[in-house]
Amino acid sequence: MPVLQTTNLTKKFGKFTALDGVNIEVNEGEVYGFIGPNGAGKSTTIRILLGILKATKGNVTIFGKDAWSDAVSIHERIAYVPGDVNLWPNLTGGEVIDLFVKLRGGNNQSRREALIKRFELDPTKKCRTYSKGNRQKVALVAAFSSDADLYILDEPTSGLDPLMEKVFQDCVLEAKQAGKSILLSSHILSEVEKLCDRVGIIRQGKIIESGSLSEMRHLTRTNLLVETKQDIVALSEVEGVHAIEREGNEISFQVDTEKLDDVIRYISKFGLVKLESAPPTLEDLFMRHYEGNITAGAGREV
Amino acid sequence: MAGLTKNTGKLSRFLLRRDRIRIPVWILSLAIITYTIALSFTDLYGSKADRQAIAETMLNPAMTAMVGQGYGLDNYTYGAMMAHQMLLFTAITVAIMSILLVTRHTRSDEEDGRIELIRSLPTGRLSNLFAALNVVFMTNFFMALLIGFGLAALDIESMDLEGSLLYGAALGAIGFFFTAITAVFAQLSENSRGVIGLSFFVLGIAYILRAIGDVSNETLSWISPLGWILGAEVYVNNYWWPILLTIGVSFILCILALYLNGIRDLGSGFLPAKPGKKHASVLLKSPLGLSFRLQRTGIIAWAIGMFVLGASYGSVLGDLDTFFEDIDMMKQMLAPVDGYSLTEQFITMLMSIMAMISTIPALMAQLKLMGEERKNRTEHLLSRAVSRTRLLSSSLIISILVSFVMLSLAALGLWSAGSVSINDGMDITVVYQAAIVYLPAMWVMIGLTAFLIGFLPQVSSWVWGYLIYSFIVVYLGNLIQFPEWMSSLSPFGHIPQIPIEDMNITAVTILTISAIGLMVLGFIGYRQRDIGG
Repeated sequence: MPVLQTTNLTKKFGKFTALDGVNIEVNEGEVYGFIGPNGAGKSTTIRILLGILKATKGNVTIFGKDAWSDAVSIHERIAYVPGDVNLWPNLTGGEVIDLFVKLRGGNNQSRREALIKRFELDPTKKCRTYSKGNRQKVALVAAFSSDADLYILDEPTSGLDPLMEKVFQDCVLEAKQAGKSILLSSHILSEVEKLCDRVGIIRQGKIIESGSLSEMRHLTRTNLLVETKQDIVALSEVEGVHAIEREGNEISFQVDTEKLDDVIRYISKFGLVKLESAPPTLEDLFMRHYEGNITAGAGREV
Repeated sequence: MAGLTKNTGKLSRFLLRRDRIRIPVWILSLAIITYTIALSFTDLYGSKADRQAIAETMLNPAMTAMVGQGYGLDNYTYGAMMAHQMLLFTAITVAIMSILLVTRHTRSDEEDGRIELIRSLPTGRLSNLFAALNVVFMTNFFMALLIGFGLAALDIESMDLEGSLLYGAALGAIGFFFTAITAVFAQLSENSRGVIGLSFFVLGIAYILRAIGDVSNETLSWISPLGWILGAEVYVNNYWWPILLTIGVSFILCILALYLNGIRDLGSGFLPAKPGKKHASVLLKSPLGLSFRLQRTGIIAWAIGMFVLGASYGSVLGDLDTFFEDIDMMKQMLAPVDGYSLTEQFITMLMSIMAMISTIPALMAQLKLMGEERKNRTEHLLSRAVSRTRLLSSSLIISILVSFVMLSLAALGLWSAGSVSINDGMDITVVYQAAIVYLPAMWVMIGLTAFLIGFLPQVSSWVWGYLIYSFIVVYLGNLIQFPEWMSSLSPFGHIPQIPIEDMNITAVTILTISAIGLMVLGFIGYRQRDIGG
């Protein structure tokens, strides 16, 4: 049974439909990447998962319980990090962490200290003096020092420097190894690629793509750069080839991943001198979805 | 070291541009209030006998401690009255204005990184502080002139040009002093809260030193800048030298502030920011503890304020009868009731006022929940194992406790000062009963707020309108003679006026039940709705 499941989740604010039949499934021990442009409905979804907003239609179950009516007992096993952390200016970081850990229940002092050290946070400073990155660290330390089964992270690395991003990624992977489940909403695609087992892309309140990264890669294209002894004849007529560009003797183009075999066979007839290939990135996929042309022939440069 | 103050002029104009509404509002409100009070004196106390009667009531230590030493009490002219009753409080307001304006343009800007931007432009190291001092000095200077010439122009008997200008100058001088002292603190403390805190601390100390000094030992008053300006004996002896003293000290403090500004790093302060607590105390680790902790300072300030308010009402009770005989307006507000003294009648009216004022901090405690929601902080709690019921009840508990504590303190203050000023003392149980009977009405207001938070969160602050309505119909109702039904629309209108009226169990019970009902509805609504943010 999935740890978290939404079926046909719909949320309306007045006449505006923020979410329209969203289905998400996060399984045990899995890192689920939740990506989409600003205003697509990521945070709305997360706030419904947390029982802060009430769904207009559809079901949300976490640990087999209803996210709205059983919110409190669910939250005992959840750790949440918001994207925009607002803290009380007159409390110190250490006080806020203790409060958060205590409110969830449970208390792991040694983990708290270790995380404060890893994130290089000074817990004796008042929250008003913290930069955005430091406020984010307070929320991250509070989340990871609690012994949760599901981590809901809403753009958790915004404001962190690359070193701290690395610390964050280690924390996520450690949690995953410990069999925890993680829902990671993010804009940083390299992060999602590195951490996530499965990805859901949301756009204008609808999930437009979901699945494992390898499943999704069939939707994208491999970038090839080749140089051949003879000119490749009629390359543009080969099925699955897009966006041909010539630069001197070299030709760069994109190939639909499932047609790669055919295309390589074809061009090898012309005597390969040079062959460079770049794997399809999540970014390609993402960009194509953002622009709304999944099937269009006009490919793009990487 | 040339160029330390480069572009100060441009910066000053820029600060004036930023405050083009704020500064005129301060100056005009101060001036208009001063004019209005001066004019109202001529209405209220038409004859010399009226004024002497009032002077008698002022002749007690509690009054002296509160408003300062009276000069010219034997010939209590309008001018002497103005300087005695209004100068100190206006001076405190001017001090507050100066503290807020200086902090806003020094440490607040620095803390938020705006001075860094200014400093990266071709401006001198001292330019910003210099410009801020310029602007606030100018503000005080114009305020002094406006009040001085304005008072003279009212052409009130005994308020001549020299006295009026001195009155304005006294206010301007105290403004200069607090401008300068705040500028010094802006160099010492690393954050704006610290600057405001230290400056208000000095203001408080200045007030208390003067209060103790005026009552017991005059030398003590001469340590306080507030004592200096009152020592000018405006409209009575018109001494100018205390004003010059105040201005002189202010300039020395300014030079100190500029010097300190010159030798420190941007963003740093001379007082080390002490590290805060590494761990949360046991008390903090619950929604209730958090809610209390966030409002602690405010609640303590209100508690002190309510006690002082009660005490200041109590201190005038002794001379009440003399006071009432002379004032028609007061007679109209309190029609005599057989078998009860004016004092007892007056207490019931005071209680309704104090109950309504005590409602303010209670409602603030309750509405804090909405403020937190708007700042997106309730989600930290609700995303953890905290139910909405627990969150709302934490807020309600604090609100109800605050209502009880504030009202009790006001009553205690009234009793403690009253029993000193009234010759045969006061019975604490009577006073306390008269106060505590208002709790059910306060709870209805709290319940209404909870209801609004549950069902109409966007308009929850409308409850203030209802409180203002209650204040108008209940307090002024006697004076303006509103129809009965208008005051019955307010919960405060249903409270029996103990000791003059008998306890009305039915009314009090119905109010309590309505309060509980509204609270229950509040819970139902709050558990169902979306949390914003």
